[in-house]
Amino acid sequence: MKIEINGKSLTAEKGEMLLAVAKRHGIYIPTLCHHSDIKAGASCRLCLVEADGKVVTSCSTKICEGMVVKTDTEKVKKARKINLELLFAQHEEECDDCIWKTNCKMLSLAKDFGVEITRFEDRKSHYPVYNFGISLEYDSSKCIDCRNCVKICKKQGVEFLEIRKRGNLKEVVPSEKENRDCVYCGQCIIHCSSGAFEAVGEFEGIEEPFKEKEKTVIFQIAPAVRSTIGEEFGLPYGEVSTKKLVAALKKLGGDKVFDVSTGADFTTIEESKEFIQRVKEKNLPMLTSCCPAWVKFVEFYYPEFIPNLTTVRSPHIILGGLIKSYYAQKEGIDSQNIKVVSVMPCVAKKHEIGREELKANGVKTVDYVMTTREVGRLLKDNKIDFKNIKEEEIDCFFGEPSGSGVVYGASGGVMQSAFYNISGEEADFKEVRKGLRVAEVEFGGEKLKLAVVHGLGNAKKVLEELKEDPQKYDYIEVMACYGGCIGGGGQSVPTEEDIRRKRKEGLGRAGDEKEFRKAKDNTRVAGVYEGFLDSDEKISGICHTKYKRVKKNEN
Amino acid sequence: MENLISKIKEVNLLGRSGSMFPVALKWEAVKSSNALRKFVICNASEGEIETFKDYYILKNYPEVVVEGVNLAIAETGAEKAYIYLNKDYYKEIAAVLENFIGENIEIVEKKGGYVGGEETSLIEAIEGNEPEPRIKPPFPSYEGLWGFPTLVNNVETLYCVAKINQDEYKNERFFSIGGDAVNKGVFMLDKDMTVKQVMEDTNNIPSFDYFLQIGGGAGGTILLPGEIEDKIFDCLGSVVVYNREKTDPYLLLERWVDFLLEGNCDKCTPCREGLLRIKEMIEKKDFEEIDDIFLVMGDTSLCPLGKVAVNPFKSLLTKIVFKNENRD
Repeated sequence: MKIEINGKSLTAEKGEMLLAVAKRHGIYIPTLCHHSDIKAGASCRLCLVEADGKVVTSCSTKICEGMVVKTDTEKVKKARKINLELLFAQHEEECDDCIWKTNCKMLSLAKDFGVEITRFEDRKSHYPVYNFGISLEYDSSKCIDCRNCVKICKKQGVEFLEIRKRGNLKEVVPSEKENRDCVYCGQCIIHCSSGAFEAVGEFEGIEEPFKEKEKTVIFQIAPAVRSTIGEEFGLPYGEVSTKKLVAALKKLGGDKVFDVSTGADFTTIEESKEFIQRVKEKNLPMLTSCCPAWVKFVEFYYPEFIPNLTTVRSPHIILGGLIKSYYAQKEGIDSQNIKVVSVMPCVAKKHEIGREELKANGVKTVDYVMTTREVGRLLKDNKIDFKNIKEEEIDCFFGEPSGSGVVYGASGGVMQSAFYNISGEEADFKEVRKGLRVAEVEFGGEKLKLAVVHGLGNAKKVLEELKEDPQKYDYIEVMACYGGCIGGGGQSVPTEEDIRRKRKEGLGRAGDEKEFRKAKDNTRVAGVYEGFLDSDEKISGICHTKYKRVKKNEN
Repeated sequence: MENLISKIKEVNLLGRSGSMFPVALKWEAVKSSNALRKFVICNASEGEIETFKDYYILKNYPEVVVEGVNLAIAETGAEKAYIYLNKDYYKEIAAVLENFIGENIEIVEKKGGYVGGEETSLIEAIEGNEPEPRIKPPFPSYEGLWGFPTLVNNVETLYCVAKINQDEYKNERFFSIGGDAVNKGVFMLDKDMTVKQVMEDTNNIPSFDYFLQIGGGAGGTILLPGEIEDKIFDCLGSVVVYNREKTDPYLLLERWVDFLLEGNCDKCTPCREGLLRIKEMIEKKDFEEIDDIFLVMGDTSLCPLGKVAVNPFKSLLTKIVFKNENRD
């Protein structure tokens, strides 16, 4: 198809949206509520253009043959400006405490359009703040009613966020229904157009871990943070900056910085053992459990699948437990004097560390969870020049992680690691549908079906399939967020489809650089097993957990 | 026998919801589709203030409307039709219609407010969702109920089709006349009559000082007595008469804005925020910035509601309020 934009003749595919065509040809059209994961809602009305003389939203208008488009007529510019002024009138500015502080789309558009952001009186100043568990906060006075959060929550199969009518206005609210609860995936945070959602502790209390000067502060960084943290400082998408992050965290007051990827090697080894056992006992399928949002999703929405969740703890919980026991013992530090801070791409991890059953020897294994965004902010607040910092090596007390420990941060990483560890072979995964990849493998004389799922809505479909046919899959990895942890609710904004792809590629490069790939080839990890985790009881205390059916607001 | 669609085309029947869309085009689109399933919807939601012509037609000519629906089913190859019925008269009219419909017609009670009558909102409602408008295109004739081609026609349109089919259509149109009219009611007249002729023919030219609202008591446009001479109904066949002496224009503005705020879907910025700001301006009697609101509502609203909502405010303000107050 041929269309014309601003006098230029362009080719496009039938069925494409105008905005996509313009973007592909490098023609800028301003957008606010548009997000690559969500079908256009055409709510904000800023991506206006004139197509064949009519004002339309380019996000939701399909091209047609010979269409003549102008992106910047006086009428369009004026209308965009007024619509943005109206949007500002329903958005309480709290710019200092906003996850979009340094790259706010609304403010940058305001500058471009010459908008008076206070033209109309703010109408939502009295709107309430809602807390969802200990992970999330929703400030409805900042909401611009684009409903991206409601759509993504529905796409996640959670449907906790709803539209409710109050007086003659509809608004986004958390559901009051008993059978709906937040699972803390945090996808609402990174899909919100106006910064109305944030993690608990995202701003207040962020310096908390460093208050007690006499404590030993140990950071542990998640696999998926190394290829995203750079974005906070304007580095290219996907750039791996592990060593910069190590140096920056030390400057911030960290005494040691460990790699959660090593924790992942423990998880892999334990999960491999459990899987082999379950194959023997024909106690399948087994579901991964390192994603806490997924765990809560199962516990709340699908408790009948609790027995299928692997009992293995997530990597940072295992490593945290080892830091406070094995490491403390080796270094002669009282575990009470250690503060473990996990740097995570995730807000559900904030909820996870509060789980009673994840304590080790009665001690909380991880004291604080900080998201990628929070660490970025903290470094900026402390004027630490991340880009130019002198790089430092990560502390290797627990050894260099395996390559597969690093790729835990992207969808498929856990499964690849476990299967490679068990069989020494790569499983050949094929995409069955969006968000689901499946591989058929042979192991121990049995034919097994492995599945990798990302996005809770996709996981929900798989669980429904299992209800029909319990033998449909044997081992399933689920990550709640799109693309796995590289698309986590604690990651930098914006998080879009193409950005996630680059983050994943970066993580893959970081994994390939490692000397060995198999978790069980990690000699230091093997050393910990020999010298410390030498009984079932000890292994179980550090590496395993249990789950329970939960009711609304229970945790 | 002559093809029904050609006959509809011959008389150039336009949608009687006020959309003035050529009916034959919709029928052709649905008919020519190879989709596995197709549907017909008779829109009897009639959500305009002081407008009751569809009620009148359903009450007096139910068999003709149902015949129109059956013709639509047969002509387009639809598997089923829905009659989407205004909740105020749902009970009464459903009981009447039951006598004429077969198993392939289902009567559904309207959900939601004013916007619930918009063709894609009612499709959402029938699917069991919130009655909120979809983004168009795709138009329902191509992707309607559950994504299948769906013919959505107003009650009166289907009435006309049945008449056309029987060769009895005589360019008739139903006009609803309400408000302060001396001779309220629904009248069957020639579709090409001017507003003045309609008022005269129904003995409705008031003896008092008046103004009219044409096209619906919410979305219609204000006409002064001097403007009715040549004005034809290029909109919904509805006239609301206002006694100028008895009508407080501010109360009228407020009534409209409250009705529209209650009845819109709050999905898009210009309609949701624009109406709120109009309400604020009415309260403050300060309309300095209203042209900007009209611009975005009229040109950038997601569905017809926001676009149409400009009509009453703009026309009443410029023709009456500003004149009264000697503004420009």
